[in-house]
Amino acid sequence: MSDVPDTTREKADLRRPGSTMTAAQVRDWFVREVLPLEPALMQFLRHNWRNSSDAEDMLQDVYVHVCEAAFRELPHSSRAFVFTTARNLLIDRARTARVIPIEIADDLGAFEIAAEEPGAERSITAREELRLVWDALDRLSPRCREVVVLRRIEGISRRQIATRLGISEATVAEHLAKGMSRLADILYGEHSGRNP
Amino acid sequence: MSEAHSNEMVSAAAIKARAAAWLERRDRADWSEADQAVLDAWLAESMAHMTAYWRLDAAWARTERLAALRSPSGEVMSSRGRLSIPPLVIGIAAALAILVVLGAGTLLLLRPEERTYATAVGGHESVAFEDGSKIELNTDTILRARMTTRERIVWLDKGEAYFQVRHDPSHPFVVMVGDRRITDLGTQFVIHRGVRKLEVAVLEGRVWLDAPDRQSSAQNSFLTTGEVATVSAEKISVTKKNVHDIANGLAWRHGVLVFKHKPLAEVAQEFNRYNTRKIVITDDAIGNLKIYGTFRTEDVDLFARVIQVAYRLNVETGENRIVISR
Repeated sequence: MSDVPDTTREKADLRRPGSTMTAAQVRDWFVREVLPLEPALMQFLRHNWRNSSDAEDMLQDVYVHVCEAAFRELPHSSRAFVFTTARNLLIDRARTARVIPIEIADDLGAFEIAAEEPGAERSITAREELRLVWDALDRLSPRCREVVVLRRIEGISRRQIATRLGISEATVAEHLAKGMSRLADILYGEHSGRNP
Repeated sequence: MSEAHSNEMVSAAAIKARAAAWLERRDRADWSEADQAVLDAWLAESMAHMTAYWRLDAAWARTERLAALRSPSGEVMSSRGRLSIPPLVIGIAAALAILVVLGAGTLLLLRPEERTYATAVGGHESVAFEDGSKIELNTDTILRARMTTRERIVWLDKGEAYFQVRHDPSHPFVVMVGDRRITDLGTQFVIHRGVRKLEVAVLEGRVWLDAPDRQSSAQNSFLTTGEVATVSAEKISVTKKNVHDIANGLAWRHGVLVFKHKPLAEVAQEFNRYNTRKIVITDDAIGNLKIYGTFRTEDVDLFARVIQVAYRLNVETGENRIVISR
């Protein structure tokens, strides 16, 4: 790849060619402003694209595009910017797939609502946050949950976890990686409400 | 941007899996600067790598809060070595659950061919019989069994037990709980005897519930899959339950308690069955607070910390009791 920067050692100071923002600045913006939009964004993508199995790839596309742009300049309204990007990507995809993007045009009303409605940004207390994380734990598979609990609550090492559970360290690592992935999906991707 | 498209052939799911593998390595104690350099290079390869990693990293950082639940003494949650929790429903695919709760104090009249099995508070025992049947005793349980070539009778004198019965129509498997009789008509079941009432829950199969010494047919009932009978001195009331909920009630077989929005008062009562340190709730109003969570049966301390930290209640931890108040 031609444009890989050579200042990769210090992640916090990593600057990309032609960018004014550091990776740390973009990351903080992404975590603070973009990730909380994920449930609404996923809903928007699934609603506007027939094949919902593509949604995760499209979500990645949106993230890539908004972060590319954020390296140049952070947008004023993150929510509007994220949803505009998502809509443009949907239209692009529809063209490539030779689908007439009529549904997307029809859905502009819903788009306006999604792009402007506040809500996900509501700040939550430390206690509420702990409850959310605690509840998220319960949605992991039992063994995965056990490993994450031992690592995060008890704070013990992989070797100790392996000994305790009678499994190999490699298996502990697999459960942890799986847990990390699932927790991100639960905490960002899925609606936090468990009951209808 | 060219980078945005360079990864188009790699699925988001595949990138996410790689990002998770990186994050897992990053979490290890032996993470080095050289490792960091390789990770940085991977991140710099594409924006898709970067956003996937940031996303997982941010979620994992949020779980740091869980350390607030760590026991202050630093001791581990459980002295028990291993815990395995097989999927509850699979393990009891053809099971039939009977929960028995009745008045305590039953005279034990032992006969030569009878054997007595018992567990202490917090105990859990499994007994296999020659006919292929199996009984699991939960905490604080006493039962007697007479298993001969002619008859198979079990008396549940106290507590709760799960029965996995090798069905044999010519030798019915009978469980006596006080003057109540539960006859297996299928394959498996579980029984729990408590303080004032008897509960019979059927996971799969059929049982016949009656009181042979009484004349009233109102005391008789067939129970099938998913049915839970609550038996008092006067009547039997039967409700239909989700099999998953019944299976959750059997999580003790794997050393855990599973609560799905259960009132705090009932959760406390459950814990108290397994532990000598009793939970006391001083305020009736908080007894209705709904609790969600999975705990090991002996994890009363972790439970207390969750109540304190996540539910914002006062918890006083003493040697013999844990007092929860508003």
